[in-house]
Amino acid sequence: MSSSIVLAILATSFATYLSRFLGVVSAEKIKETSKWFRWFNCLAYSTLAALIARSIIFPAGVLSESDYLIRFMVIILSISIFYITKRNLVYPTVFSAIILALLNNYF
Amino acid sequence: MINSKNFFLGFSCIKKIDSPAIALGACFIAIGSLLKNLGFTIQESIFSTLLTYALPGSLVMAESLLVGASLLNIFLAVWLVNARLYPMTVSLMPLLMHESQPKWKYYLSCHFIAVSAWLIMKNNHETVKKNNRIDFWIGIGTATWCVAIIGTIIGFLASDYLNKDMMIGLAIVNPVYFSCMMVGAMKTIEISLSIILGAILGPLFFFVSPEWSILFGGFIAGTVAFFIGEINVK
Repeated sequence: MSSSIVLAILATSFATYLSRFLGVVSAEKIKETSKWFRWFNCLAYSTLAALIARSIIFPAGVLSESDYLIRFMVIILSISIFYITKRNLVYPTVFSAIILALLNNYF
Repeated sequence: MINSKNFFLGFSCIKKIDSPAIALGACFIAIGSLLKNLGFTIQESIFSTLLTYALPGSLVMAESLLVGASLLNIFLAVWLVNARLYPMTVSLMPLLMHESQPKWKYYLSCHFIAVSAWLIMKNNHETVKKNNRIDFWIGIGTATWCVAIIGTIIGFLASDYLNKDMMIGLAIVNPVYFSCMMVGAMKTIEISLSIILGAILGPLFFFVSPEWSILFGGFIAGTVAFFIGEINVK
């Protein structure tokens, strides 16, 4: 293993574990019925939604090479399939991968 | 130590219809393939998924290595993008804590906190008794962790056979899975508002600061949603 890659992996995992660790430390003082808990609950869902929306609208990596409109269309279609299939998550995910790969190939 | 019945009950979430296996597998296949193209060995790729187990963090590390960023820069960039794990942990752990359980379980199993396992636990915690929840959670975490590692190995080995269109197809699976899970989680006014406002403000703040957009957008959206929810309850 090359040392720079190992160090980068260690730095990454430490930076990631830090937030989780501090989360447990704080959680020890927070009751699940408290206002603090409800606030953090909102924050967790909103940051997740922000992250997901950003990764669709301003994607990093290969996804940025697909067309914006096609990406958007695939997401909307997949959410519709999710509801049509009574909240099955297998169909929309498999559908999205195939349809985006095909559309990207044609356009 | 760990109650095996509850552990396997959690572990079996991987077989359900809301299983994260496909989404997780697909995105870690993409990561495995990306890491190989960056010059990682298979051991390093496995090591990376094993220790980090958070997709955006791994992506940021890969991008930073590509431009030759320093260790400190990598640390800061990853910390910023993964800081969302803090509110996620704070809003999950109180649901799992019970005085009959040892503390090491919480500090060890918080490593499994990533969107997929978190959403499953949030959606299912009421079906498990409080003193059993941590073992159930360790089961979910172990299952999703295994899928991520297997995905990384498959991606690494298959990288020569994956063309660009297939990679793009794999990359959309994760956002689709999480969008569906989030839409499905919109059950109260607080949560629905948090999700809708977060999805609007996150990308909007990208124009102000790409690095801070998730934290800023998320913080404001979550706080506004919380207060509106509070007013509504009263």
